[in-house]
Amino acid sequence: MKRTISILIANPLSLLGVVLVATVVLSALFADFIAPFPEHRGAVVDFANFNKAPEWPYIMGTDLVGRDIFSRILYAFRISLILGVVVLAIAVPIGVTVGLVAGYFGGWTEYILMRITDIFLSIPPLVLAMSIMGVLEPTLANGMLAVTVMWWPWYTRLVYNITRSEREEGYVLAAEVIGASPLHVIFREILPNCVPAVVTKMTLDLGFVILIASSLSFLGLGVQPPTPDLGSMVADGAKYLPDSWWLTVFPGLAILVAVFGFNLIGDALRDILGADQ
Amino acid sequence: MSRPLLDIRNLTLGFKGWTGVTEVLHGISLNIQPGERVALVGESGSGKSVTARIVLGMLQSLRSARIGGTVEFDGRNLAQMSRTERQQLRGTRISMIFQDPTSSLNPVYRIGTQFHEVLKREAPGVSYREAMKRAAEILHEVSIGDAERVLNSYPFQLSGGMNQRVMIAMALANEPDLLLADEPGTALDVTVQTQTLDLMRGLVEQHNTAVLFISHNLGVVREFADRVYVIYKGRIVEHGPTTALFDDPRHPYTRALMMAVPRLTGGGVPDIDDDASAFSAPLVDHLSGEGRP
Repeated sequence: MKRTISILIANPLSLLGVVLVATVVLSALFADFIAPFPEHRGAVVDFANFNKAPEWPYIMGTDLVGRDIFSRILYAFRISLILGVVVLAIAVPIGVTVGLVAGYFGGWTEYILMRITDIFLSIPPLVLAMSIMGVLEPTLANGMLAVTVMWWPWYTRLVYNITRSEREEGYVLAAEVIGASPLHVIFREILPNCVPAVVTKMTLDLGFVILIASSLSFLGLGVQPPTPDLGSMVADGAKYLPDSWWLTVFPGLAILVAVFGFNLIGDALRDILGADQ
Repeated sequence: MSRPLLDIRNLTLGFKGWTGVTEVLHGISLNIQPGERVALVGESGSGKSVTARIVLGMLQSLRSARIGGTVEFDGRNLAQMSRTERQQLRGTRISMIFQDPTSSLNPVYRIGTQFHEVLKREAPGVSYREAMKRAAEILHEVSIGDAERVLNSYPFQLSGGMNQRVMIAMALANEPDLLLADEPGTALDVTVQTQTLDLMRGLVEQHNTAVLFISHNLGVVREFADRVYVIYKGRIVEHGPTTALFDDPRHPYTRALMMAVPRLTGGGVPDIDDDASAFSAPLVDHLSGEGRP
C-alpha cells in the first residue's frame, strides 16, 4: 500500500489518470444529480433553445433539438462504462481460460485453440464488429456482443504466452509432483501468476473498448438514438463543423478524457504490479 | 533380502520425434530397500532426472515417451496402474525435492497456504489451523524456530537456505516411503547446501524414509548415500556400496568422474582425458561381482 501511494505520487501522470477516471466514473454514477437537465437524455425536444453555443445554463451548448450537451455527455459516460465493463467481464474469462488451457496442455489442444484465436485476430477488429452488427440488430446488447467477439483473442494470446513460461517454472513441476490435478495447476498455481498482466491490460482496454464502441456508434452501428452515446454525438455534430463546433468538440473531449484516464491508470498499475518484470 | 521398496528392472526410455525414436535409457536396473539411501550419480544428460520422472509416473502419460522394462513400487507395477492411481502415490507415498528451492514454491502464495495444500494430499479435510499446527511441528524438525513468521512469508521473502528447509519439510510432511531428491540444493551455496543435507539425512533416518538421491556432486554423495549407482549415457556403469565404490572405483568412467572433481588444495581443475571410448565398458557391480577383473 505504501509502495502504491509512493508510485502514484512519484508519477504525476498516474495521479492525473486517477483523477480523470474518478471524474468519469463519478459523473456516470451520479449523472442524475449532476446533470442540469436529466430529462434530456431521452427523446426531448426544445426548439426554443436549439443549437446554442455554450452559455449559462447550457455550459456545453445544446444540440440540434435543443438538448443540453453536458447532461447528455454524463449519461453517455454511463453507457460507455457499462459497455466497457460488460465486454471485459465476458471477454476476459473466456480469453484467459482458453489461453491457460492452450498454454498448459500444449500439443493438439494448443494447436487447435490458438489457430482459432488466430482466425479471430486476422480479421480487422472494426470490420468484424461491423459485420456482426450488420447481421444483428444495432442495439446496445448486440454492440457489446460484437466488441466481445473481437476482444477475447487478445487475452488468449497474452495469457497463453505467460502460461508457456510459467509452465516451466519449478513450482508447477513441484505441484504436479505432489499429485496436483491439471485443473488445480492451471487455476490455482498458474492463473494467480497471470493476474498482474491481465489486470493491467484490462485497465488499458477499458479505454479502448470505449473508443471502439464510440467508433461503432459513430458509424451508426452502436447505441441507437435517443440514448446518448459519445460516438453518435460526434457523428451527428460532424456535419455542422466548424460553425456548431460544440456539437462535436465536447463529446470528443469526453472520449479523450475517458480513454486517456484509463490509459494512465493502466500504466500506473503496470508499475505497481510489476507486470513488465 | 526383503522385498525392495522400489525395483527398476531393465528400464528403457525413448522419445519419439520427427526423425524417429531417440533412445535415452538403455536398460537401467536399480533397487532401493525400505529406509535405504541410494545415490544415482552421473553427468548432465545421462538420464538421472528422467529416471526420477518415470518413478513418479509422470512420463508414462506423455505420448511421445516409449518406456520399456518394469518399475515396481512396493510390489506394484507402475505401468499397470491407472493414471489416477499413480497420481494417488505422488505427494503421499512418494515425494520429491528439487534443485532450486525458491522457484519450486509458487511466488504468489504464502508458505502456510502451500503447506496446507501439501497436507491436504494426505488428509483432504484438514483445516487451515490444524495444518498450520502440523506445519510448525515439521518446520521445527528442520530447525526453523520461528515457524509462524516463515508460514506467513512469501517464498521471495525467505533466503534460499530457508526455502530449501521448507521444501524438505513439505516433502516429508506426509511421511512418504520414498523421497526423490533431484540434485537438492545445487542452486544454493556450499555451506547452506551442507547444512540442509545434514538436516535431511537426520530426518530421513528418523522417519525411515528411503531416498533416491540424484546428483553429480561426488562429495555430497559420499557423505549421504549407503549405495551408489553410476550412470553414463543411459546405462548403469558401476554399482556398489558407497565405501567400496569410492575406495576402489573400477569402471573407467567412475574413475574419470572422480578425477574430474576440482581439488581445493591446488592444482585447480584437473585435465580430463578426452578419450571416452573406455566409458562404454560393461557394468561393474561390487555386490554381485559382475565385471570383476
